[in-house]
Amino acid sequence: MKTDIRSASGLRHDPLVRGLGWASALLGVPQVAAPAGFARALGVERPSIRHRSATAAVGVRELAAAAGLLARPHPAWLWGRVGGDLMDLAMLGRALRNHDGRGLGRTVAATAAVTAITATDVYAAVTRTRRSTPMELTATTTVTRPPDEVHAFWSDLTRLPDFMAHLDEVRVTGPRTSHWRVVAPFGRAVEWDAETTQDVPGRLIAWRSVDGADIDNSGEVRFTPAPGDRGTEIRVTLRYDLPGGALGAAAARYFGEEPHQQLDDDLRRFKQIVETGEVVRSEGAPGGKQARGEFPQRPARPLTEDELKEALA
Amino acid sequence: MKANCWTGRNSVEVQHVPEPSILNNRDAIVRITSTAICGSDLHLLDGYVPTMEKGDILGHEFMGEVVEVGPGISHDRLRVGDRVVVPFPIACGACASCRAELYSCCENTNPNAGVSEKFFGHPTAGIYGYSHLTGGFAGGQAEYARVVLADANVLKIESDLSDEQVLFLSDILPTGYMGADMCDIQRGDVVAVWGAGPVGQFAMDSARVLGAEKVIAIDKEAYRLDMAEAQGYTAVNFESADVRSALLDLTGGRGPDKCIDAVGMEAVHGASHIHLYDRAKQAVRSETDRPHALRQAVLSCRSGGVVSVIGVYGGLIDKFPAGAWMNRSLTLRTGQCHVQRYMEPLLGLIEQGAIDPTRVITHRLPLAEAPTGYDLFKNKQDDCEKVVLSP
Repeated sequence: MKTDIRSASGLRHDPLVRGLGWASALLGVPQVAAPAGFARALGVERPSIRHRSATAAVGVRELAAAAGLLARPHPAWLWGRVGGDLMDLAMLGRALRNHDGRGLGRTVAATAAVTAITATDVYAAVTRTRRSTPMELTATTTVTRPPDEVHAFWSDLTRLPDFMAHLDEVRVTGPRTSHWRVVAPFGRAVEWDAETTQDVPGRLIAWRSVDGADIDNSGEVRFTPAPGDRGTEIRVTLRYDLPGGALGAAAARYFGEEPHQQLDDDLRRFKQIVETGEVVRSEGAPGGKQARGEFPQRPARPLTEDELKEALA
Repeated sequence: MKANCWTGRNSVEVQHVPEPSILNNRDAIVRITSTAICGSDLHLLDGYVPTMEKGDILGHEFMGEVVEVGPGISHDRLRVGDRVVVPFPIACGACASCRAELYSCCENTNPNAGVSEKFFGHPTAGIYGYSHLTGGFAGGQAEYARVVLADANVLKIESDLSDEQVLFLSDILPTGYMGADMCDIQRGDVVAVWGAGPVGQFAMDSARVLGAEKVIAIDKEAYRLDMAEAQGYTAVNFESADVRSALLDLTGGRGPDKCIDAVGMEAVHGASHIHLYDRAKQAVRSETDRPHALRQAVLSCRSGGVVSVIGVYGGLIDKFPAGAWMNRSLTLRTGQCHVQRYMEPLLGLIEQGAIDPTRVITHRLPLAEAPTGYDLFKNKQDDCEKVVLSP
C-alpha cells in the first residue's frame, strides 16, 4: 500500500504577492533598525521604551512576513499579514483615543494608510486562498482477482460508498453521469455531479466533476494484471481543489481526516470486499468503514444492543 | 456473560459483558468449552504491547461448540452443533498471503491495518484478544466468542478426542511445530530450544517427530527443565551454566545445527548486569524487546545453521549480532504461526499418539479464577507450566 500527496503553488510568481512581500520588507527594516525615528514619524512625539519595543516587534513581524512571502509563498503568510494589519489598526485606534493633540495629523494619516493596506491584504489573501491548492492523491494495492472482474466491481459506482469512507452516496443519474455526496471535514456535506470520461473494461475508469461543483475534482482507476498471475494491480489517482487550499488541508489533517490516509484505507476495504465479500468488522472497530477514525477504539468486547444498532445501521 | 478483561498494566479482571452477536456474514458464535492462557498474553498483561484498551477481552486459544452461524456460511462447511478449534490468527483464505499459506500475514482481516503497517512496514492479520494493533477483536477467555470468517478458519473435531487433547491446536502446538518445521531438520541434527515453556516443549516434541537426533532445552526454571528431561531431552540451566560452553560441550564443539528461540521479547539473562542493561533500555522505551535468547542463539548456532524464532517480538532490539549472522552464513526464519497450515496434520499426529499435548497442562481452573491463573503462570508459582480455563 502506497500513497503520495502533492500540492502545487503558483504564488511564487504572483506580482501582488511579491509586491506585498517587498512592502513588508521596506516597512520592517526601518522599524527594526530605528524604532524611535519610525515612531516619531507616526506622530509619537517622545517615544518611550514601550513605544520603541512595540515598533521593533512589529518590524520583526513584517520581516517574517516578507521572508515568507518572498521565499516560501503561501496564503497563510497573507492571512498573517491581515492579522498584523488588524493589530496595527487596534494600536493606532488606541493612539487616536489617547492622543494629546501633538502629531495627531500624522497618526490619522498613518491610520488611513494602514486601512488601505489592510484592504489590499484582505483582497490578496481571499483571492489567493480561493484559488485553492490543487491536490493529487495516489494509492495502489493488489487484489487476487482478474482485471475484468475488479473493473466490473468498481464500475458499479453506487457501491463506492461501501468502502470509501468520505462518500455518503453515489447515485447514477444517466448513462455517463452520476451525483456524488460526501461528508467533508467538520461534518459539512458537499455534493456534485460527475461524468464518466473513460470506461475501458479491464483497464481504466476515469471521471470528473461537471462545471459548478462545490469542489472541482477528477479521478481515475487503472487496472493492470499483476505479474505471476497474482491478480490485478489497482492504481487510484484523485485530483481535487481542496477548499481553503493548503489551510484547509492542514485543518483536515488536524481533525484526523488526512486525505491520503483515507484513500489508503479505502483501498484496503475495497480489497476486503473483493476478496472476502465484505468489510471486516472487529469489536474495537465495529463500524467497519471508519476504523481509523475511531482511534482510540472502544474496548474489544461484544457490543451492547444500542452499539449494535448503530454499527449495523 | 463472564469474560476475562485487561484492566490495565498487570491487572486482569473477570467482568460481566454482553454476549457476542454476528457482525459479518461469515461470522459464527461459539460457546467456549475450553480456553487457555498463553505466554504471549503475559506480554499484554505486562504492558509491552501498545494499543490495549481497558476492558479488552483477552485470550486467543479457545475451542467450543458452534451455536450460531452467519448467513454467508454454507451449511456444508459449518453448522450449529459443530465442535471446533479456533486458530488464533484470523485468515481470509483469499489474499495472496493466505494463498501462500502465510495465514498470520493475512492482508484482509485487520481493520487497523493502517496502524499495524506503521509498526511493521506491512500489515499483519487480525488476532483474537491481542491488542488493537491486531484488529481489536474480542478474545476467547469468555463464555462465548464471535469467530470471524469462521468457514475459512475453524478446524472441526469429529473424533472423540478430549478438549485438552485438541485445544492447543489453536496456537501453541502449531507454533512449537512451526519453530521446528522452519529448521528444516536433517538426519543427525542437534536442535537447541531456548525456553522450556509450553511452546518450547512442543518445539522439542516437534523437533523429535521431524527427526532430530538430540534435543537440548535451555531455561532457568528447574521444573520446566525436569519436564523436558522426562521426555528424554538434555537440559541446560542458564543460571548455573554458561550456555555457549554447555552447548559446545554437548555438540563436540560444533554448536547446535538448529536453534529455536521460544522466548521472545521478555527474556531474562543469566548475567544480571546484561539483563539490567536491556531492562533499563526497555523501561525508557529506547528498545521495546529484550533479545537475550535471540543473541545467544545466533552466537551459538553452528555455521550455516538455522535460527528459528517463534518467541514474540513486538518492536525494536539493540545489539543484534549481525556479524555472527552474516559471516557464518546463518539463516534466520520467523513468523507468527500460520496455524491453519498445521492444524490438520497435527490433529493426525495427536490421533496417532505421536504427540501428547496434554503433557504440558499443570493447572485447570474455572474461568472465574482467570486472574489467579495469570498470577501463577506469570510468577511461575506452584510449578505452573500451562493453565486451562473452563467457562
